[in-house]
Amino acid sequence: MDKHAGADQALLSVEDLAVYFPIGGGVFSGRPQMLRAVDGVSLSIKPGESLGLVGESGCGKSTLALSILGLVDATTGRVVLDGKTVGGDTDRRDVARTVQMVFQDPYASLNPRQTVRRTLADPLRLHGVSNAGEVADRVAEMLRQVGLRPDQADLYPHEFSGGQRQRIGIARALILKPKLVICDEPVSALDVSIRAQIINLLLELQAEMGLSYLMISHDLGVVEHMSDRVAVMYLGRIVETGGWREIFEQPRHPYTRALIAAIPDPLTRGLAREKARGEIPSPLNPPPGCTFNPRCPHAIDHCRAAAPMLSAIDDGHLVSCWRADEFATPISA
Amino acid sequence: MSGANMPLLSVEDLHISLTTDAGRFPAVDGVSFTIARGETVGLVGESGCGKSITALSIMGLLRDPLGLAGGKIKLSGQEIQNLPASQLRALRGKRIAMIFQEPMTALNPLKAVGTQIAEMFVLHQGASWREAESKAVDALTQVKVPAPAQRAKDFPHQLSGGMRQRVMIAIALACEPDLLIADEPTTALDVTVQSEIVDLMKELCAARGTAILMISHDLGLVTDTCKRVCVMYAGRIVEQQDSERIFNSPQHPYTQGLVASLPRLGMRARHGRRRLTEIAGVVPGITAYPVGCRFHPRCTRRTEICETVVPELTALAEGSLVRCHHHG
Ligand SMILES: Nc1ncnc2c1ncn2[C@@H]1O[C@H](COP(=O)(O)OP(=O)(O)OP(=O)(O)O)[C@@H](O)[C@H]1O
Ligand SMILES: Nc1ncnc2c1ncn2[C@@H]1O[C@H](COP(=O)(O)OP(=O)(O)O)[C@@H](O)[C@H]1O
Ligand SMILES: [Mg+2]
Ligand SMILES: [Mg+2]
Repeated sequence: MDKHAGADQALLSVEDLAVYFPIGGGVFSGRPQMLRAVDGVSLSIKPGESLGLVGESGCGKSTLALSILGLVDATTGRVVLDGKTVGGDTDRRDVARTVQMVFQDPYASLNPRQTVRRTLADPLRLHGVSNAGEVADRVAEMLRQVGLRPDQADLYPHEFSGGQRQRIGIARALILKPKLVICDEPVSALDVSIRAQIINLLLELQAEMGLSYLMISHDLGVVEHMSDRVAVMYLGRIVETGGWREIFEQPRHPYTRALIAAIPDPLTRGLAREKARGEIPSPLNPPPGCTFNPRCPHAIDHCRAAAPMLSAIDDGHLVSCWRADEFATPISA
Repeated sequence: MSGANMPLLSVEDLHISLTTDAGRFPAVDGVSFTIARGETVGLVGESGCGKSITALSIMGLLRDPLGLAGGKIKLSGQEIQNLPASQLRALRGKRIAMIFQEPMTALNPLKAVGTQIAEMFVLHQGASWREAESKAVDALTQVKVPAPAQRAKDFPHQLSGGMRQRVMIAIALACEPDLLIADEPTTALDVTVQSEIVDLMKELCAARGTAILMISHDLGLVTDTCKRVCVMYAGRIVEQQDSERIFNSPQHPYTQGLVASLPRLGMRARHGRRRLTEIAGVVPGITAYPVGCRFHPRCTRRTEICETVVPELTALAEGSLVRCHHHG
């Protein structure tokens, strides 16, 4: 690969990725049903860029994240990270040096029996940093970068507050200097009054280290604040993607509009007619046509008959809705 | 106070203590608020600040190691904090009902949901089972459960989270209580489902004249649902405001900090990406609540008095209240 590839070169490209999970099945019950957790997703992230990924529970965000990390296999399609295809014969350690993850729950994701020092030093040693002095220096430096003190390295997770634990989770993700960090709901488990600290920290670290982010969150305010581009996912597919301004000021997909209308904030009070109704169908049994049609306030017969394709409506703004042309009015949240 | 002006619920100087091996701790400390008939009031604050135990004390459901350590709870003027268990039980469901964050813990997993709704009519209205069962189907219809007659036969685990919360609302409103306490009723739900459930709750309560005490950590959600909000921090109410005003003119430094720290949708388009205002420090644990103003270690306006003297809840213009030596 060309070492001097320009900034246009994608750091991550996900190409028509599908991840199906077999559910049930067995000797007597016949063929297992296929749960389409991710169902034909394409996206890319450039060096230094943040892509926000929004969508409700079960739409496939975490499965997509795991397949980028090489932790679940693609059923079809592929993930290309820094020029190399993830999975198959790529070295897991190569993947780990390029992409790391920050988890939602800093309580569950840290080993309670390991000091912070071990949590941070283990990956370094695993990746061939053997000089004890260098390990100690890098641990101390990393702690400083996430706003902790180097003398806190010998404490255990329970000796920290929730926000501090999330700082440790971030330090663990960054210690190998990855290029891409996947943040899966990085602040939603934290006290409201300390979320801003973590959001500011993530943005500072991004600027300092030139990181790319895949920012998964159901909080559209957080996503708007942190993302350059945004992808909206529904039942395993991307239904709309574009720059943060297009997505939040000129959303074209009724689902995107419904997500904005559902934000409990005095600012969205005028958007009642954009709200979705009913509940998210099971991905085991998606409705025919556009999968959003049963909940869509704008569905017409055609939406129940045929599934729309994701297509460009503007430069870099893609929507999969038969009626997207009709929703050109800006939404004023 | 008589008839018309008497609040439906009045919580006066409520104290709740938590007793552990390490001592007694003031989990709730001097909380006072009132709710008028049909009024919607929000109680907002971070995890652990005492919202749920305040609600439980109103329901008469505080259990060891928590206990009422002072104050009065009045329902239509009548003190209920010392009522015997049997009278409290009669009150619950009939005059005050509550819904919780996780409906699975409040529903009986072994009974069909229709039966659980029907029980309310049998228990509190002396209805016959047959009558109660048909009323239960009506109740499911009102909370917009599709195919209510079939769903009535389902067990809780067969329903989605949103449907279970609809069932909880049906149970809570079955006997047309005067007050519905909703403790984080939608925290476990997706945003679009949350929005529908909250709309449903508001609509049904408005139609029946049921007052709502809505508890949440989400300032947007309570201001959207309620006319008035009480902001709680570390066991005390620090501010009470009209929902309309809390985002634009918060008075307490904590509320001001919270409002400024939230990345609200639309901000970036209007003002560009600004660094979010942080509230320094961490939320104090109950065993280490600071003396004086409990927010003082994190407060930018702290002076000496804040470290020793608990500020009084002070009335400002237009019915708002603030507990701060340096408010405004
Ligand atoms: N290992 C698995 N086996 C079977 N089904 C799975 C597996 N992992 C995920 N799923 C299913 O795939 C779908 C997508 O799940 P995923 O965890 O990616 O959702 P998500 O968008 O991250 O949701 P949330 O917002 O709740 O985290 C869901 O229906 C889920 O139940
Ligand atoms: N059953 C209990 N036993 C011990 N401590 C409790 C219990 N219930 C609540 N607490 C403590 O009381 C404080 C207030 O709790 P709670 O009212 O549940 O907070 P929230 O505002 O999150 O609803 C917290 O410090 C909590 O840990
Ligand atoms: Mg997930
Ligand atoms: Mg609670």
